[in-house]
Amino acid sequence: MSNLVLKYTVDNEDFTRAGEASSDVKKKLKMMGVPPEAVRKVAIAMYEGEINMVIHADGGEITVEITPTQIVMVLKDKGPGITDIEKAMQAGYSTASENIRALGFGAGMGLPNMKKYSDEMDIDTVIGVGTTVTMKVNI
Amino acid sequence: MEEKYTNSVRLKEDLCKGCIHCVKRCPTQAIRVRNGKARIIKQFCIDCGECIRVCPHHAKKAYYDPLSVMDNYKYTVALPAPSFYAQFNNLDDTNIVLRALKLMGFDDVYEVSAAAELVSELSREYISKHKEDAPFISTACPSVVRLIQVRFPNLLPHLLKVNSPVEIAASEAKRIAMEKTGLAAEDIGVIFISPCPAKVTSVKSPLGYEKSAIDAVIAIKKVYPKILPYMLKACDQTDEISNSGIIGLSWGSSGGEASGLLLDSYLAADGIENVIKVLEDLEDQKFTNLEFIELNACSGGCVGGVLQVENPYVAKAKLKSMRKYMPVTKNRLSENYPQNSYIENEIEYTPVFNLGTNFADGLKKMEQVEQICQRLPGLDCGSCGAPTCKALAEDIVRGLAKEQDCVYVLRDFIHNMAKNLGEL
Repeated sequence: MSNLVLKYTVDNEDFTRAGEASSDVKKKLKMMGVPPEAVRKVAIAMYEGEINMVIHADGGEITVEITPTQIVMVLKDKGPGITDIEKAMQAGYSTASENIRALGFGAGMGLPNMKKYSDEMDIDTVIGVGTTVTMKVNI
Repeated sequence: MEEKYTNSVRLKEDLCKGCIHCVKRCPTQAIRVRNGKARIIKQFCIDCGECIRVCPHHAKKAYYDPLSVMDNYKYTVALPAPSFYAQFNNLDDTNIVLRALKLMGFDDVYEVSAAAELVSELSREYISKHKEDAPFISTACPSVVRLIQVRFPNLLPHLLKVNSPVEIAASEAKRIAMEKTGLAAEDIGVIFISPCPAKVTSVKSPLGYEKSAIDAVIAIKKVYPKILPYMLKACDQTDEISNSGIIGLSWGSSGGEASGLLLDSYLAADGIENVIKVLEDLEDQKFTNLEFIELNACSGGCVGGVLQVENPYVAKAKLKSMRKYMPVTKNRLSENYPQNSYIENEIEYTPVFNLGTNFADGLKKMEQVEQICQRLPGLDCGSCGAPTCKALAEDIVRGLAKEQDCVYVLRDFIHNMAKNLGEL
């Protein structure tokens, strides 16, 4: 059984375009006949991740692999890295700037929501090098 | 499968030139040009009427009943849509329109705006009782409900389960007429004067209830020229028939339904593209804390329906000044609720856009779509008859088109063929 791999580039600092990748994935998953609940989880988790990449990391690359049993999203950026993952995972904790908050983002729900809506999440981060978040949603 | 979908937007083939205006504009990518003529893919169509608006050759038609449908009944009741009043110039009293409808031949009238006030109250009650299910999405626009049914399965639980004003108007009108005349239900024609073709579809194939209470649907633009000659005479009459206030009339334009709910937080979007954006964002939980979401497929709301006469924004302004001196509402729920107050049946997800018969098949086909897309030019020129290169790729995978339908692929194909022949 073959897997489908979709690749996206997330532009830096362009909020109007953030969400394009997750919305494309959502559309495709629906057309493939992925159960609605799994589509919802992927769409929300990936959108949060995409926004994070724009806010904190100057954009990056997203790879989505769709297998017959799960959807694996790998979000890779060359941003500053996450200093304290435990803190970052707390609801309401945010390092976003005032400017970003003024736009209605940076509520500190990004990572918590990504964890909530994925069945498995793994964060690989190196300070000054970048962060790779891998999220899996079971079908 | 085809039989399940009765659409009210159809093609007049003799007028169609095979251009791609409608193909490009259709929000659900439901139109293709094949063999020089546009074809509407029935199960994709949500009857929004965008193609009717945009067709330069008037080849798209909305289907509705002829005015002569009135002759089929012993007794008729007209149900004018709230936006109907906004079609007339210098109208300051809705009674004139209602009297003119009777002069035109209807035995009685029942204003949809009157039922709308009941729906507003039913909705207020329903929302306060089911707060945990918020946000609620309005079910008054049939195109929007159909769109959610085929594209936004995760939002189906948020649909407001209160029936639409016109359905409640129809059942109330029928009940009153039967009591008044003693006639059997089938002898009474309850006829909706509609701003849009989507309402025709919702009568023929209802979503969420077994059978529509409406007997026939006629178009505002057909009634308009017929009613005008009676308007002057109606001005001289004095009977007060009007039975609705500000809340009821407000339903005729975007934001009206929402304002009648007296809620703290709501959103009202109109125009099908805007509606789709709101639904996408809502599905991704990009905004929360809203109690109600009013969505109208037409710009401006029902005043923007394709069967209207007046410019939607002029109509909206007229509606606003007309209702200025009206009471807030003239209709309150009594102890006896209308018998069809709620949408009884679950509206089920209908995945019409699925590529495959199951997920494994869909996955394989999506992979093929991606591969084909790589070979197409990505110009979205529409020359193949599909709205985008991606849509053509999907058609190919569905077995409805071939790669050579693309003029660029065909050009390369012929070029290579000539080259190969030359080498022989």
